[in-house]
Amino acid sequence: MKYLDEYRSEEVTKKLVDELHRIQTRPWVIMEVCGGQTHSIVKHGIDYLLPKGVELVHGPGCPVCVTPLDMIDKAHAIARQSNVIFCSFGDMLRVPGSEGDLFTIKSQGGDVRVVYSPLDCLKIARANPDRQVVFFAIGFETTAPANAMLVWQARESQLKNVSVLVSHVLVPPALEAILQSPENRVQGFLGPGHVCAVMGYSEYEPISAKYRVPIVVSGFEPIDIIQGTLMTIRQLESGRAEVENQYSRVLNREGNQAAQKLVSSVFEVSDRNWRGVGTIPKSGYRLRSEFAAYDAEKLFDVQRIDTREPEICISGAILRGIKKPHDCPAFGSACDPQHPLGATMVSAEGACAAYYTYGRHLKQEDGCLVSISPGDAA
Amino acid sequence: MCLAIPGKVLSDYEQGSMRMAKVQFGGIVREACLEYVPETKVGDYVLVHVGFAISRVDEEEAQRTYQLLEEMDQLTELEAPVVREMGERDDEEKVP
Repeated sequence: MKYLDEYRSEEVTKKLVDELHRIQTRPWVIMEVCGGQTHSIVKHGIDYLLPKGVELVHGPGCPVCVTPLDMIDKAHAIARQSNVIFCSFGDMLRVPGSEGDLFTIKSQGGDVRVVYSPLDCLKIARANPDRQVVFFAIGFETTAPANAMLVWQARESQLKNVSVLVSHVLVPPALEAILQSPENRVQGFLGPGHVCAVMGYSEYEPISAKYRVPIVVSGFEPIDIIQGTLMTIRQLESGRAEVENQYSRVLNREGNQAAQKLVSSVFEVSDRNWRGVGTIPKSGYRLRSEFAAYDAEKLFDVQRIDTREPEICISGAILRGIKKPHDCPAFGSACDPQHPLGATMVSAEGACAAYYTYGRHLKQEDGCLVSISPGDAA
Repeated sequence: MCLAIPGKVLSDYEQGSMRMAKVQFGGIVREACLEYVPETKVGDYVLVHVGFAISRVDEEEAQRTYQLLEEMDQLTELEAPVVREMGERDDEEKVP
């Protein structure tokens, strides 16, 4: 990190890419787990720099994408109530439920607020003692310490008008679900850097050993991703399967233990439904029973809402690395970021939305840009 | 969503039972909770996710990452409105 220019230079990128070309002898499929990594790869065209035989497939690591439709409908049902101030991270506002999104509810008079930090909800609750403040607590392990602190502080300060709608997901069970699938193509993972900044990476070691799959915890910048890919290919080519840490400047094996401690005080592991994938055992968090007074699902009587996803959408296969956005007949035509049909298009970090944003639904034809047809860009 | 942005701790203070800080991200100053990085001192660089410092980083690294994120238009998280309580000072947003 000391030699800034060297680290950012084209020269370093070229050296890493040249090394990849030199060592790669056969085709490999690597999945980047985190949506932030997907965004970086598509934005910078990193996949185009890699040898032809190294395929990057895009993982399930976008929490907005995998929040199930029935949970979004529950959030909307709560946000529509007149006594509620509904708070959310900005990413969640455009995600459509069965009837519109949070922006629609806001335009119809609902009090929907974007917050920077979950702790903002404490201030809003103190300023509005006669109203209920509900926070949509979504995210992976990275966000769990922040959401846990909101609940903890609400109890400490005896605030009675704050609650959370929890839809928390965990990375390791999702990796296992991908690896257990008979259709699985993934041979190595770029692990999620900021999830591991909180959790460390020891919990990935048994997965790597059991499924004989390299997992290289990686950062989010282009050179991080190329270097992480190189480390993964080195393992694959030499027949190793270990957990390695490319992102050592930010995290270690133990992670942030203060954060882990508070998270496990507030949350407990539970089964979770992942949009596009289905229910994965022990793949999320729910509030511990001693915090039931802060559970919006219990406080607001929202009935179980039955929802159906469009049949054409292949986001489940994309999230498991089996298909790519271009394999979908609706990509860029019936489905785009303004009118998303499924998980991978609803958030900027979803694979389909990233492909669309960076023009990958288009191709050059007779000097014009035209929409690509399914299968064109395999 | 799991984006974390490095910034410099300008000052620290107690709020409720939490140790908080003003953290500078390029030209923007926002509040962050330091409870999960108790060893942090004023002047240190921290990696901040949704208003919480989750680890410490060194200055050169912070500067470099910020520039890359800025080039990638990934700083929208910082644009969420500032929530203030009555009497709270209006010293966030912009660095003079």
